[in-house]
Amino acid sequence: MPGIILFAPLIGALIAGFGWRIIGEKGAQYLTTGLLFLAAFLSWIVFFGQYEEAQTTTILRWVESGSLNVDWAIRMDRLTQIMLVVVTTVSALVHLYSLGYMEDDPQWGEGESYKPRFFAYLSFFTFAMLALVTSDNLLQMFFGWEGVGVASYLLIGFYYKKPSANAAAIKAFVVNRVGDFGFALGIFGLFYMTDSIDFDVIFASGEQLAESRMNFLWMELNAVEVLTFLLFIGAMGKSAQLFLHTWLPDAMEGPTPVSALIHAATMVTAGVFLVARMSPIFEYAPSTLTFVTIIGASTAFVAATIGLVQNDIKRVIAYSTMSQLGYMFAAAGVGVYQVAMFHLFTHAFFKAMLFLGAGSVITAMHHEQDMRNYGALRKKIPYTFWAMMIGTLAITGVGIPLTYFGFAGFFSKDAIIESTFAAGTAAGEFAFWMLVIAAAMTAFYSWRLMFMTFYGPAKGDKHTHEHAQESPMVMLVPLAVLAVGAVLSGVLGYNYFFGEGVTEWFGTAVYNNHETNTVIHDAHNVPTWVKIAPFAAMLVGSLTAWLFYVAKPGIPAALAKRNQGLYQFLLNKWYFDELYDLIFIKPAMKIGAFFWKKGDGAIIDGGLNGLALGIIPWLTRLAGRWQSGYVFTYALAMILGIGVLITWFMFTRGTN
Amino acid sequence: MSIGIEHYLTVAAMLFVTGIFGIFLNRKNIIVILMSIELMLLAVNINMVAFSAFLGDLAGQIFTLFILTVAAAEAAIGLAILVVFYRNRGSIDVSDVNVMKG
Repeated sequence: MPGIILFAPLIGALIAGFGWRIIGEKGAQYLTTGLLFLAAFLSWIVFFGQYEEAQTTTILRWVESGSLNVDWAIRMDRLTQIMLVVVTTVSALVHLYSLGYMEDDPQWGEGESYKPRFFAYLSFFTFAMLALVTSDNLLQMFFGWEGVGVASYLLIGFYYKKPSANAAAIKAFVVNRVGDFGFALGIFGLFYMTDSIDFDVIFASGEQLAESRMNFLWMELNAVEVLTFLLFIGAMGKSAQLFLHTWLPDAMEGPTPVSALIHAATMVTAGVFLVARMSPIFEYAPSTLTFVTIIGASTAFVAATIGLVQNDIKRVIAYSTMSQLGYMFAAAGVGVYQVAMFHLFTHAFFKAMLFLGAGSVITAMHHEQDMRNYGALRKKIPYTFWAMMIGTLAITGVGIPLTYFGFAGFFSKDAIIESTFAAGTAAGEFAFWMLVIAAAMTAFYSWRLMFMTFYGPAKGDKHTHEHAQESPMVMLVPLAVLAVGAVLSGVLGYNYFFGEGVTEWFGTAVYNNHETNTVIHDAHNVPTWVKIAPFAAMLVGSLTAWLFYVAKPGIPAALAKRNQGLYQFLLNKWYFDELYDLIFIKPAMKIGAFFWKKGDGAIIDGGLNGLALGIIPWLTRLAGRWQSGYVFTYALAMILGIGVLITWFMFTRGTN
Repeated sequence: MSIGIEHYLTVAAMLFVTGIFGIFLNRKNIIVILMSIELMLLAVNINMVAFSAFLGDLAGQIFTLFILTVAAAEAAIGLAILVVFYRNRGSIDVSDVNVMKG
């Protein structure tokens, strides 16, 4: 059964990608969607199965070289199961949604076929992601890791007629390479230290790695700290954490279903999954975990501040995604991987829904993405409005504190915030305050999005507003299904991810070093004010948003005018792009230009041209003068030649 | 003074060098070049016969007869080419024969 889940999307992708001329455009779309629903259905069956111990199914022997033995295998444990349902469910719903969303695309004219390609890419992405999460060793994981990178590149650049889409695709690919470099080094290092890249071997060697040291960059360092740090660099790239995050907002150039599937629910969470999967060695690396916590908390904070002022509806949600990923890493950093997975699980539902809802709004508004041109859409597109409302309630974490009533985000986000406090370390405290502030900002920008889009007077083009209409059923059904997840996944999952059942339910999939790491238990006993803090932050943020965008709409503009410096700083995303442009891109371009103009142009081209056009013809002319055409001069040359040869022969004969 | 092999070799060498210079220093006439080539061949023949007599081996003299035959054929072909050349160019002046170049 796991085999079917893994390969159904691949088969769909191959048939849709190469055979759509035979089965037709519609056939390709329905086939891929159908296979994904099959995979999703089987995933849910697997999800409710029993997996206290990891079960491994070997499919084929892959690489055998020296002491490196790698099988293509499916590892089934709780982590894999969680990821399986997240990936296949969201992917199936996004396939379904795309049937409607991709129906008419202004990017393509009459008779141009783009839909089978889109569905093939989506299915291929799903396959790569499944290969990543089901892997039994680091090589297969790296295969999936790069596979989703390729799929992401193809889908961001799907509108290849737009130069901005191509640029965004390249940027995503290049920034991810930086992270992948760290990941690859981590794999090499693990192989060097443990002589294996199988998870079972690596997991068993955590304690031994913690005691050994290795040379890295001419320094002798603790092996486990170095290796986990390198792996985390990979996770940072994939999950758009601070300093390697610049690609994610630009990735919004892709079609909206892609943003929902890849850049919100699944691919960007691969980094969190990696840290959770590698928990048996991360647990022995306190310094790396501190780093993870700080990066995660900072990302959550920075992304939330940028999200406050963005005007593109998809960019707001993109920064929101980045911020939520920061939450997950902060949780993983303080050692509660289960809680990180909990937020990953709930976030997949409500964030996918927010993106799909945004897609529905964008379709209704004829591909207008600027929220300043929205407003008063509540009555025009009621179903989308309610879906977005549920998504917003879920992401802001609405619920009744100290009880079990609330939306999905209420449980998972509060669990993270409580865990960071319970960690009791300096980094944990830093993360706690960062995350609480970020929670207030999350509430603010989420409600700002809602208010700007659905409330207030209609702004922008009148014509567009008159023609705004609800999306077709095929787009609303996925929203409805995800809404159920956004409401219920928190309350149903609470016990298993964070409550009493967590140890039993996760089994051996996630490792907590119980001698040093009791955070998950302490988190339940934090002071009451800590438990209420995220709720209070949410209230503050929501009310501020209401005040700014419903009650007194003049405030934001006035505030922006008064704090022009801060406003521009946030609007320009902390100038990260400009900074990187200055530090990396400009020097790289200069070096490139130097090698191009001087190296290639002057030395290589100049050298070859000088040789071919200068020296060789000169030699030719020189040699040509010897050619008189008179037979007797040729004969003289022969005689002289023979004379020289004979002389040489006579003088050297016998000596060599 | 008895006549030894050195004398024969000296004569042959003189004839050979005469042939060579006949080719190079001649500015007039292609027939002179042909004659010079014959002279060089004869010089070689003298060498052969001299060594044959000196070493008591008849093979050298037999070879000389072959070379003479071949030289006669060669002279015939050379003269034939010369005739054709004269018909084409109307001259057998050496300074006109300079077409052997690219």
